[in-house]
Amino acid sequence: MSGAQLIAAAVVVPALGAVGIALTGRWPNVRESVTLATAALLFACVLALVPQVMAGTRPQLFVLELLPGIALGFRVEPLGMLFALIASGLWIVNSIYSIGYMRGNKEPHQTRFYSCFAFALAATMGIAYAANLLTLFLFYEALTLITYPLVTHHGDAQARSGGRTYLGVLLGTSIVLLLPAIIATWWIAGTLEFLPGGILRPAPSNATVGLLLALFMFGIGKAALMPFHRWLPAAMVAPTPVSALLHAVAVVKAGVFAVVKVIVYVFGVDALAATGRADWLPVVAGFTIIAASVVALRSDNLKRRLAYSTVSQLSYVVLAAAILAPLSVIGAVLHIAAHAVGKITLFFAAGAIYTAAHKTEVSQLDGIGRRMPWTMGAFAVGVLSMVGLPPAAGFVSKWYMLAGALQAAHWTAVAVIVASTLLNAAYFVPIVYRAFFRAPQGKTHGEAPLPMVLALLASALATLAFFVFPQVPLALARALPGS
Amino acid sequence: MTLAQLPVLEVVVPLIAAPLTLILRRASVAWAITMAACAFSFVAAVLLAAEVARVGPLSYHIGSWAPPWGIEYRVDALSAFVLVLVSGIGTAVAPFAWRSVAAELRSDQIYLFYTMYCLCFAGLLGMTITGDAFNLFVFMEIASLSSYVLIALGRDRRALLASFQYLILGTIGATFFVIGVGLLFLKTGTLNLADMAVRLEGLTNERSVLAALAFITVGMSLKLALFPLHLWLPNAYTYAPSAVTALLAATATKVSVYVLLRFYFGVFGLHLVTQVLPMPEILMGLSILAIVTASLVALWQTDLKRLFAYSSVAQIGYITLGVSMASLDGLTASIVHLFNHGITKGALFLLLGIVALHAGNTQFASARGLARSMPITALGITLAGLSLIGVPGTAGFVSKWYLVLAALEAGRWWLAALVVATSLIAVAYVWRFVEAAYLSPPTAQTPAAGDTPMSMLVPAWLLVAACIWFGFDTSFTVEGARRAATLLLGAGP
Repeated sequence: MSGAQLIAAAVVVPALGAVGIALTGRWPNVRESVTLATAALLFACVLALVPQVMAGTRPQLFVLELLPGIALGFRVEPLGMLFALIASGLWIVNSIYSIGYMRGNKEPHQTRFYSCFAFALAATMGIAYAANLLTLFLFYEALTLITYPLVTHHGDAQARSGGRTYLGVLLGTSIVLLLPAIIATWWIAGTLEFLPGGILRPAPSNATVGLLLALFMFGIGKAALMPFHRWLPAAMVAPTPVSALLHAVAVVKAGVFAVVKVIVYVFGVDALAATGRADWLPVVAGFTIIAASVVALRSDNLKRRLAYSTVSQLSYVVLAAAILAPLSVIGAVLHIAAHAVGKITLFFAAGAIYTAAHKTEVSQLDGIGRRMPWTMGAFAVGVLSMVGLPPAAGFVSKWYMLAGALQAAHWTAVAVIVASTLLNAAYFVPIVYRAFFRAPQGKTHGEAPLPMVLALLASALATLAFFVFPQVPLALARALPGS
Repeated sequence: MTLAQLPVLEVVVPLIAAPLTLILRRASVAWAITMAACAFSFVAAVLLAAEVARVGPLSYHIGSWAPPWGIEYRVDALSAFVLVLVSGIGTAVAPFAWRSVAAELRSDQIYLFYTMYCLCFAGLLGMTITGDAFNLFVFMEIASLSSYVLIALGRDRRALLASFQYLILGTIGATFFVIGVGLLFLKTGTLNLADMAVRLEGLTNERSVLAALAFITVGMSLKLALFPLHLWLPNAYTYAPSAVTALLAATATKVSVYVLLRFYFGVFGLHLVTQVLPMPEILMGLSILAIVTASLVALWQTDLKRLFAYSSVAQIGYITLGVSMASLDGLTASIVHLFNHGITKGALFLLLGIVALHAGNTQFASARGLARSMPITALGITLAGLSLIGVPGTAGFVSKWYLVLAALEAGRWWLAALVVATSLIAVAYVWRFVEAAYLSPPTAQTPAAGDTPMSMLVPAWLLVAACIWFGFDTSFTVEGARRAATLLLGAGP
């Protein structure tokens, strides 16, 4: 198939899969087969594009003209390729996990769940491949709306209030800040295409660039820069597979992906550095990293701790991109992938603990590692990755981020990375300690259902494999202009 | 031959249909005649729009009396665009009315409903197509009087009061309009709009011309429900029969905006409206007040029809905000939104008509748990609600895009911020419905699952589909609106 066909397939296949899931809702086994087949097919479509993109071509697809001069179009460049690979690859693992989780917990409305999930992946692919800001915005909003039913899955008062925060912050930031930023960009540049070196020509005044940057960075609420991070802990009312794939991978990575994309392809790394109006961004990102870590440290609820850890880790990507040094941009890109595999493992473990032992709080986890050794072993791998220790994925990206910060002699960033590494260790290592070195309490129980254990082992293995074989992500990150 | 006669047939066919329905009396016959007349007008409007896009403005002389003595029907980029909207909505509502009216009206009144429907439809089309100021007034009265009757047909007794309120205010509006036209006639000695525009050149400082502008502004503001002259609208929309609310909300106020645009830019001219009198500032202030207050009021409503009626007042504010910027992008935004809001509100009120059919009312309590018993209707309301908010991929987004762009071009950052910030209020009131329908348990008032007639479901969903279609394919809406805006800014003296 040609590049254009593969792009179309990446968006259409999960959307058709969602329809198929809705139609086969009456037969759960058929329905889950449709999910798995769709996920596998999608991954194949994404994988088939990798050789072309690695070879330097940029496959593209023009669909129609949305507004005069602005197309609904797609173009696959290295960053989008990597994001699509991660999201579609982990969807397969997550689907296996979902089957165990949803059946193990006898969740209601499973057809709606799987169907919305597939639609969410279609929107994610649209974001990853978008050729211009308007296409990205279209799928960005679609992703917010289609994940709302997943966040409010349980339909109770807690879900309703979580859903309000989720939608309020994400729609609010995107409509009030991001949309005007996009329209202003169109007005200034006369184009919204993502082009190497940026599109803001004729260069507006430095003050305008600063204002635009602020509108973009805070407007992309999915990147969870403080003070617009509250939606992420609110989204934790959703079933754990949603938290795992969407709120540790697809949705949040769509946010930081858009941040990197805007910095690299709209402002241009060098052009932005020349204005000096991005100096505040590492400070805000650094503050978010530290503050979110402190909140995580104080949270007893496991999913909440993981959510704040995500807020913190997302800002690593923003921080690294905002340093505007070549090595740190590579670090930012790698961290999108590295954090994804590590964090999904942690969420998988949290969901497995909930399913097997019905425990949600960190303080309840004494000795759980003895009863669920595979789960907690995988959890430990995830922790290594979060802290940034070898042999886990997080080490690779942190290495590049730190190197970039040193290269640019950005001492604030260096200090933030070092301090937060200690904080990460402080809120994650005690969980592992508790799980393996304290005596178990309460009723005995075993591991979670097999599909869940298989899924979390797979993602833990991926976390380790990323450390050993970082070639493909690294090559894609290096191919990014400005890195 | 027939193509040359289309401009007049566009109006005459529904106008003749009206007495026919009255004479033949059988509800089914009356409906069939109405349906045929509406469909004919829609096809004619589309043909006219295509012809105008190909060869430019069409002029039709009634009875072959040459203008400015005879009455001229004039189809140009703007009127063709509005004709397509009005006739399209009329054609979508007519099949819906078949079952909806049968459920909501006394059976001996049904043929009268269709008579009034045809009259109202013909009046709105006539207002749009005519190039003669007095003829416009006549059609305005035809449309208004028939709409008073249509509203009064509502099954709630308060419909009578609502109709009476509208009658008083609407008559004041029409009177103001005709006083304005009279003053212009005194000054120029002509009633032909194009001729009037030529003769007004050089008279821009005459007090009577300024008075005419003031009278016409106030008169049309009443008709288009510009804040604070909107007081008739919420009651009228709430208590009118479902089909009537859909027709009026999607077309009547839009045609009034069209008349205002026509007079401002086609008769008085940009200079008089923006330089001699501070119309942009006045319109902008009132539009902002309309958007903010009506959106906030909408948040607190307990009846869905009333909620979306207040939302209409706010959305009209967006349309007049575009007018107030008097720039190419501002007018494009205004004209595009006129169309996009028309189909969005048409879809919403038709879907609410389905709710009313099953629940007997449109109270919020009836919407609780609606997604379980009426999933297709609830989904439709949600999708049309997204268009109301202006989510990308829906028609409403296109309007918002041009409105914000126009504000940025005018150097008004704060106005752009206001436009996007107020759409958050729309998120809030649409999400009140979504939470009620999807996340609340059903109450005793929630309608049980029932069969919705296809004659109601299909037109409603066609309009929902149009809300999404015109979010992706903007070639008709944006290009049509741009041509119309260019015409208004270029053609005026």
